[in-house]
Amino acid sequence: MILKGSVYKTGENINTDVIMPGRWCHLTDDKELAKHCMEDLDIDFHKKIKVGDIIVADDNFGCGSSREVAPLSIKAVGISAVVAKSFARIFYRNAINIGLPIFESPECADATEAGDRLEIDMFGGKIKNITKGKDFAFAPFPPFMKTIIDKGGLKGWVLEKLGKA
Amino acid sequence: MGQTIAEKIIAEHARVECVVPGQIVTVPVDMAMANELSAALSIKELKSWGIEKLFDTNRVCLIPDHFTPNKDINAAGITRTVREFANKHDIKWYFEVGRAGIEHAVLPMEGVILPGQIMVGGDSHSCTAGAINCLATGVGSTDIACAWATGDIWLKVPQSAKLTYSGKLPPYVYGKDLILYALKDLGTAGATYMSIEFHGSVFDQLPMADRFTMANMAIEAGGKTGIFRFDEKTKELVESTPRYKAEKPSYKTYDPDPDAVYAIERKYDVSNLEPMIARPFSPDLVGPVSEIKNVKIDQVVIGTCTNGWLDDMIRAAEILKGRKVHRDVKAIIIPGSQKIARQAFDLGLPQIFIDAGCVFSTSTCGPCIGGHMGVLGENDVCVSTTNRNFKGRMGHITSRVYLANTSVAAASAVLGRVGSPVEL
Repeated sequence: MILKGSVYKTGENINTDVIMPGRWCHLTDDKELAKHCMEDLDIDFHKKIKVGDIIVADDNFGCGSSREVAPLSIKAVGISAVVAKSFARIFYRNAINIGLPIFESPECADATEAGDRLEIDMFGGKIKNITKGKDFAFAPFPPFMKTIIDKGGLKGWVLEKLGKA
Repeated sequence: MGQTIAEKIIAEHARVECVVPGQIVTVPVDMAMANELSAALSIKELKSWGIEKLFDTNRVCLIPDHFTPNKDINAAGITRTVREFANKHDIKWYFEVGRAGIEHAVLPMEGVILPGQIMVGGDSHSCTAGAINCLATGVGSTDIACAWATGDIWLKVPQSAKLTYSGKLPPYVYGKDLILYALKDLGTAGATYMSIEFHGSVFDQLPMADRFTMANMAIEAGGKTGIFRFDEKTKELVESTPRYKAEKPSYKTYDPDPDAVYAIERKYDVSNLEPMIARPFSPDLVGPVSEIKNVKIDQVVIGTCTNGWLDDMIRAAEILKGRKVHRDVKAIIIPGSQKIARQAFDLGLPQIFIDAGCVFSTSTCGPCIGGHMGVLGENDVCVSTTNRNFKGRMGHITSRVYLANTSVAAASAVLGRVGSPVEL
């Protein structure tokens, strides 16, 4: 599967409190979540993002609270993938579980600027920066995680386990 | 090859002889806990998946604590959803407001989680329970829904970090300072995905409360969990819980092998440590309290899941007894649970807090997540015993939070600025 989009660039230690502030943690509706995504970092984030855009971040993206509304809001606003130097553990799990594609590539994060066009070959392990004309590799997902990703998230795995798939 | 505590607990649950870091295993969970905010999403997902029956209702725990007592009409709607779900499935471990408190203070103290077990919680500070030698870790709502539906969870076996504390504790230096000091050393991503094992003779000098405080903040270094070894203090706490007394459940305890392999090993001598403080806007921006000069404050929060233990209430009272909170400061004291509040009343502590001019609140996560009961406004400065001081964490994005131990927070409330008990 190939993902294509323009880059929204952000920094290191982007925590889930700024991705989805506590005051909105009672929300469960995608449309509402999208409106407040990244609000404490960039109040106009949801207006700037076009469907398919890709977040490129530095180290430790998604640190802090386990709130699943953080990755849900990123997905809801239309972001197709997050590329970071590294992810915090719970955010990583949550993203895999809800089917938000995420990739660890320090080289890509370093070389990519806001507005660049990226093309991500999800299972080919390659990110192409079309604007810069550069290719970057990312480590392939372990087989178990690939299974969950293939099923579009943990839901598919649960239903199969329960014999309901 | 020797195994760490986390590796042993995971191997036992996966029914294999040993596991190695990086390996992904599916394990049964002994308890899957959620608060009202994480539960709301889990319940929504189970519904959308068409799942009506839970795997084992005795392995589900629900504690509304974040926006409770209901802060507004939305919160009231969410807690109603959770209560109705608990009633529909006849959830044994459902704790209504007024009968429990904050999830991380309630679980180990009620005996809902026992040593050697695996607990997942829909809250990042679920690692707190690691203080009683179990593997407790924070996950998201989809993971919780999965555990409720199947009884299982997927886990990547973590590497382990071994932090050993030795020396004699100076006055007013507690578990909070020990973990803040480690955060200064490791950084907020220094132990990402790791199980942090706490070792050392220092813990003989401290009550269980400080172990909970330290395990609670393992996540602030990116950790999957924080785990303490089992000893007489653990045994005393575990076997005095209501569930243990009623059911006498058996439990297993785990010690690491002498040749266990650690990704990180650190030795800290605490003998010359001062009380520490984390500056805005990250829990790893840590230094001695004495280095912070002339920072006037508007609010102090003492308690919650990090420092809401009975020992914290006692330490706060020691500072506040016979003193008054500074006229420009609002001091809010929040015990971790109803049980702790009750014990505090028995010791006459709330009377001391009220005489000093503090709010003595019922248990809630409220102010820590900028929810209610002490939300910070524009440019407000707060000294808090909570665990995070990210931008906007407790309210307005210009507000600033300093993280400290209970005695430092209480002293700051009196001084009207960031300060230490020795200045009183």
